[in-house]
Amino acid sequence: MSTQGRPKGEYRSAQHGGNSMHRPYVRPMAGWWKRDPFFMRYMARELTAFAVGAFAVILCVGVLRLAQGEAAWNGWLAALRSPASIALHVVLLVAMAVHAKSWFEIMPKTMPMIHVGGKRLGAQTITRAGWAATLIASLLLIALVWGWR
Amino acid sequence: MKRSHAPIFWLLFGGGGMLAALFGTALVLVTGIVVPLSGSDVLAYPRMLALAQSVVGKGFVLAVIVLFAWHAAHRILCSLHDIGIHKGLVAKLTCYGCAMAISLVAAASLWRVGF
Repeated sequence: MSTQGRPKGEYRSAQHGGNSMHRPYVRPMAGWWKRDPFFMRYMARELTAFAVGAFAVILCVGVLRLAQGEAAWNGWLAALRSPASIALHVVLLVAMAVHAKSWFEIMPKTMPMIHVGGKRLGAQTITRAGWAATLIASLLLIALVWGWR
Repeated sequence: MKRSHAPIFWLLFGGGGMLAALFGTALVLVTGIVVPLSGSDVLAYPRMLALAQSVVGKGFVLAVIVLFAWHAAHRILCSLHDIGIHKGLVAKLTCYGCAMAISLVAAASLWRVGF
């Protein structure tokens, strides 16, 4: 029997030094997500949750400073201008885009089936409609930020 | 039969995920990159105060912060299982507690700026 390519210690019996003939092989799960590009993409997607959470904290500090007055608010704006903050927000931007992309890719699997004209609405149609909605929402937000007086 | 409270967390997770997918990217781009780099005054104090004092603006800002926080908390809690951490009471209290704290601070601050 070949054990080639298996990392050391995959047989639990060897670790415990017991009767190896009667102990079942237990596949270790540590670092399981590094085994396959599919799992790595899954983990990368899961990491975007931290970006959403971090941005919630940043905005929460923002409204707290806003409530404390003009000087406090300007301090928050100044903090956003620091190179560290810009770098962080570039990472957050990429993560948010990945979240938006995958959110609508998963949506056809999570939402109830929709039938149009007796045919089930295709997964790709739902995904593309979601991305289009993101584009419209983004343009609307940017128009409001710069256009609203 | 005891009723499950899972739908509440699921709803907060779903709402936050949708709001983040729709507005998250643009919000990060505006507040974290374009405005700081361009020196634009669109986030100046009088404007943002007016936004936070209007009902619609207050509602949007609160929804973004609260739902983003609960979305992140729920997903991080679920991901703990993937890296081999038990989703026990400590993990739940930590994740949902942080989301609750963020929600309360945001709500109190938006209340303080007035209407």
